[in-house]
Amino acid sequence: MAAQSGIYHETYPSDMQIRPTTMQRVRLLLLLVVAIGLPFVAGSGLLRIVNLVLIASVGAIGLNVLTGYTGQISLGQGAFLAIGAYACGLLMVYFQVPWVLAMIAAAFITAFIGGIFGLPSLRLKGLYLAVATLAAQQIVNWVIIRWDPIDGAIDGVATDALNIPANYLLGTGWAVDNRALYTVVLLALIAVVLIGALLLIRRFLKDQLLEYAALIGLAAALIVIVLGAALVTVYRDGIDLSAFMRTNWQLNSSESAFYVLGLLVLASVVVATNNLFRTHIGRAFIAIRDQDIAAEVMGVNLFRYKVLAFAVSSFIVGLAGALVALHSTAISFERFTIQVSIEYLAMIIIGGLASISGSIYGAAFIVILPEILRQIGSQIAGADPAAIREFNRILPFAQQGAFGVVIVLTLILEPEGIVKIWRNIKDYFRLWPFSY
Amino acid sequence: MNPDEILKFIRLTYSGFSDGALLALIALGLVLVYKSTDVINFAHGEFMLLGAYVGYQSLLTLQTIVTSEPLVVLIGVLIMVVVMVLIGLLVERLVLRPLIGEPVISVIMVTIGLSNIIQAVVGGIWGKTPQSLPVEVIPVSERFTISIEGARRPLLLQQESLVAVFIVLVLVLLLIVFFRRSKHGIAMRATADDQQAAMSMGISVKVIFALTWSLAAVTAAVAGLLIAELTIGVSGDIPGVGLRAFPVIILGGLDSILGAIVGGIAIGLIETYASGYIDPSLKNVVPYIVLLIVLMIRPYGLFGQKLIERV
Repeated sequence: MAAQSGIYHETYPSDMQIRPTTMQRVRLLLLLVVAIGLPFVAGSGLLRIVNLVLIASVGAIGLNVLTGYTGQISLGQGAFLAIGAYACGLLMVYFQVPWVLAMIAAAFITAFIGGIFGLPSLRLKGLYLAVATLAAQQIVNWVIIRWDPIDGAIDGVATDALNIPANYLLGTGWAVDNRALYTVVLLALIAVVLIGALLLIRRFLKDQLLEYAALIGLAAALIVIVLGAALVTVYRDGIDLSAFMRTNWQLNSSESAFYVLGLLVLASVVVATNNLFRTHIGRAFIAIRDQDIAAEVMGVNLFRYKVLAFAVSSFIVGLAGALVALHSTAISFERFTIQVSIEYLAMIIIGGLASISGSIYGAAFIVILPEILRQIGSQIAGADPAAIREFNRILPFAQQGAFGVVIVLTLILEPEGIVKIWRNIKDYFRLWPFSY
Repeated sequence: MNPDEILKFIRLTYSGFSDGALLALIALGLVLVYKSTDVINFAHGEFMLLGAYVGYQSLLTLQTIVTSEPLVVLIGVLIMVVVMVLIGLLVERLVLRPLIGEPVISVIMVTIGLSNIIQAVVGGIWGKTPQSLPVEVIPVSERFTISIEGARRPLLLQQESLVAVFIVLVLVLLLIVFFRRSKHGIAMRATADDQQAAMSMGISVKVIFALTWSLAAVTAAVAGLLIAELTIGVSGDIPGVGLRAFPVIILGGLDSILGAIVGGIAIGLIETYASGYIDPSLKNVVPYIVLLIVLMIRPYGLFGQKLIERV
């Protein structure tokens, strides 16, 4: 990596920044603009794929914390996703827990169970651990299929599927039939959010904590947009606010509603993990990956930090699982099989091990790849019915084959993944036209 | 214990044993590769799949040319062996060799990628519907009959599975002799023990790696063909059977041939007892529970070599 010259840090906060150069800040700002603007320009089909990428990114970051940063190979990702999804779903269905609380509780439950499955990691390494995590996958799948309360037998028919109730991005309890009151309340809320956000952003910028400022800015912008949309519609059409929220902001039917949630979760996870590896805990994880015995000699409590790594990783994966549940109308165990675990491993390999942005690139790549193949294939097949039949037969195999080929080629040609390619591109232009 | 219970026990033991022998054969292929190349081959189940389909195709084609059935089986299996040797060589040269010296996760992932490619190719060529083999590879259809006084009905056991166990046994014995007596076998053990020392003694490690992969591919193909004959036919479910061999090798120890055999039989028996006495759906889970318990007590499996790490 070519270092940028001409950067002089005069204070510790400035030296500790995650994004010290102007170029990085500009990219962050661009990213924010694109992220906020996307739902306004994208159709619901495209937004659906974006949402899947958001969920996969959260999951891939979780796996990367464990596999990329701590060096513990896990083939049990699907199981932890399942625990997150089912915990969230069951809490909502059987205990009527609001979705926000259910999501957070699901993450904690997954962290706890992940920590338990992390216990063998103290004595197991490498391949033995990888196969032991396969055990998590098999056992969890079996529990989901067999355990009756989980069968979601709401209508008396036992199935593996668990129906997820309708959840709304914003609460629905405001059934007061008074347009003026709505307007005042919404305006007040918008003002509070804006002022609060501006104060926080100013404070963070003063301490040069750019990422926090960006996260707050993103959250404030999204909330203001949602409230603003509500304000405009309610004021213009004079309809009941709660009816508006029901029709437009249902998480598992409106892609833009889910986009707001998914983006906020992903942004928080990105900021949290980026900072995690600047703390002593994160450094301990990396030390364990590089040489566990040496780490122990340096005073890292192996048992504690390995279990902690499993718990932190599972927490994030549990969030992703809860997102899967919130995004769907029903969940079943087929969505959390070993193939899913493999897909997530492929994401972090292709994107780049031990890289947060790599996890996102990899997730996007793996989610979009089959979609692109489908588009290309349907272009080639055209309107000829025989060709379409052949295309439908070949497509799943082509998708699977492409998945395999991409993994193998990445490992042989660029083992450090997309992140390395992107870095090479940046380096090339940083030194352009006089590269060495 | 009433007579029916005794017969049930005999039936479960019999099928557990023959199941276990097949698992042992699959595990043997995995151990072979791990021992000499330090790779755990997640595409082993797909080698079985490919082997079964290659065998199926050659039997199908030969059936139209040759009339004598034993000859069809013999030539068909020979063709399968040759094809699998070539595939083993190809895989080693194109996929595994560039990754020598890379971290464990890269090697795991490359075999997983390979498994997806093989599944896609097999699915693209032969489709997804299960087929039965056109010619019986083991032409035995007699059954043992065991009856005990007081039992409701006598127990029938297929002799076919016993032949399969016998084939597995012969293969294992051949492999053991190969490792103990032949020049290449000894070279393989030397490479497994210490690659650099083997190189300095004039052993070509590349040749050994190639040999290992083709050997593993052949054992996988034989296992795939036997499974197709005995249980599920030639179908896309064969890799799932391969997945069942992972608890076996962990239980027995990744680098122990004896461990693969003992572990295979043990897991086979545990699976059938659990599904026969407790709950049929336990079949896929119990091995993993046993595995977790064993790993807590003996992290390197029952017969695995303990590695002492120094910094």
